[in-house]
Amino acid sequence: MSLVRAVGVRKSFGHTEVLRGVDLSVDAGQVVCLLGPSGAGKSTFLRCVNHLETIDAGRIWVDGQPVGFTSRGGKLFELREREVARQRRGVGMVFQRFNLFPHRTAVENVAEGPVHVLRTSRKAAVDEARALLDRVGLADKADSYPHQLSGGQQQRVAIARALAMRPQLMLFDEPTSALDPELVGEVLEVMADLARDGMTMIVVTHEIGFARQVADSVVFMVDGAVVETGPPGQVLDNPRQQRTQQFLAKVL
Amino acid sequence: MASDAVEAVDEVKAVDDLVVVPLRHWGRWVVGAVILALLGALGWALADAKIDYAAVPGFFTHDIMLRGLVNTVVLALAAQAGAIVLGVLIALLRRSANPVARWFAAGYVWLFRGLPVLLQILLWFNLALVFENISIPGLFEEKTNVLVTAFVAALLGLGLNESAYMAEIVRAGLNSVDHGQVEAAKAIGMTPATTLRRVVLPQAMRVIIPPTGNNFINMLKGTSMASVIGFLELIHAANNIASRNLQIMETLLAAAAWYMVVVSVASVGQHFLERYYGKGVAR
Repeated sequence: MSLVRAVGVRKSFGHTEVLRGVDLSVDAGQVVCLLGPSGAGKSTFLRCVNHLETIDAGRIWVDGQPVGFTSRGGKLFELREREVARQRRGVGMVFQRFNLFPHRTAVENVAEGPVHVLRTSRKAAVDEARALLDRVGLADKADSYPHQLSGGQQQRVAIARALAMRPQLMLFDEPTSALDPELVGEVLEVMADLARDGMTMIVVTHEIGFARQVADSVVFMVDGAVVETGPPGQVLDNPRQQRTQQFLAKVL
Repeated sequence: MASDAVEAVDEVKAVDDLVVVPLRHWGRWVVGAVILALLGALGWALADAKIDYAAVPGFFTHDIMLRGLVNTVVLALAAQAGAIVLGVLIALLRRSANPVARWFAAGYVWLFRGLPVLLQILLWFNLALVFENISIPGLFEEKTNVLVTAFVAALLGLGLNESAYMAEIVRAGLNSVDHGQVEAAKAIGMTPATTLRRVVLPQAMRVIIPPTGNNFINMLKGTSMASVIGFLELIHAANNIASRNLQIMETLLAAAAWYMVVVSVASVGQHFLERYYGKGVAR
């Protein structure tokens, strides 16, 4: 049973069609990497899964629920923003530019969701936040503000913040693209660790090596459509489509 | 080699022995002297003026003056507090997806910012001329001139004018917060209301507080306009005392001293607020 299923997803910004009918499904426990040239619509698709963008046509289901809608009596009803917020609880997201809350310390960032969304007691939330920071290797940075942390450290706090909501699905939107080269490894390591623990992940990335090692499936997108899908060994080493071959020839 | 080293040492010695003449800033001395001379002349003139300085402390702590002080501070605080609440509301309407709400907010700012405060105070104070009673049918009814006292009229005039400015300040503050912050809040399942309260407003405060502090200082002084409709604030209190003893300058100086005290306290408060909301910002 697919945890995420997308059928015929279309999305335009003004007159530019960014997604032209994307089909994709991700099983629970799977790691899927979205690859492709910039402007292919990878990030936009990821944002649609979390309803940060509304789609123009098609449908996305997460855990059997239509994203942004509820089905009653054979009809789909658009959800209110606060109901969408409830849907998003089960889906963690990590952004290219971290987007940590700058006015809160690392541990406060991580505990923010549990305390103010899940209504966990502050004590329990802070304990769990410290444990999560320990898991991403930042136990000693719990009381630092984001501006006191390196990019790699900030991104690891951001991952801990998403995990604090106990999501069943994690979305990564180019999580290492804004990092200095020497900091990329520490973030990818945390992500690989998550994958080993069985987290379902959709990762938009340019890190071919990560995709090869960690992904169960690689999806190659060009111009708002999926061109090729398959296990990394196949898509990365023996691509069938010419577009995939051209792209890989440039990045490898 | 050896002779080179000796030469180098000699050179250093020679450099040390040179007489160094620092640049003389004659202009600074002249400007400083002129300013001190002018201040001295002013002080001499004031000392020689026909002012009974010994009477000022008495007026400073005069009962009526103290009542005026309390009224000034209460009016300024109440008007500013109301203006902040209304301002946040209007700013949110201005950013609403509803075009009618946006249009209303823009019109509100246009009107209440456009009219002079004194005019607004006078309009509210004379409301009874056009509406004899104020009523909510079935719930509440009262004579307008009972309801709209001098305090209420001043509160409405000052508060509504200020709320228009606050709306613009809050709007600028909200716009200053990176959109990624809102997305991060959404991604952890925050509702729009929680996002505003926990993520956007605390960061917007950094931009909102300095101009708000500035406006509040203006508000403290703006309460003096309420003297026109007979509200007992500092100016009215000074006039009241002076009408008995004709020591106009002395009572006004006592009022002036109170304004400086109140404004100074407000400035210190602003400093601490800025520091609190500056948390997490690299300096």
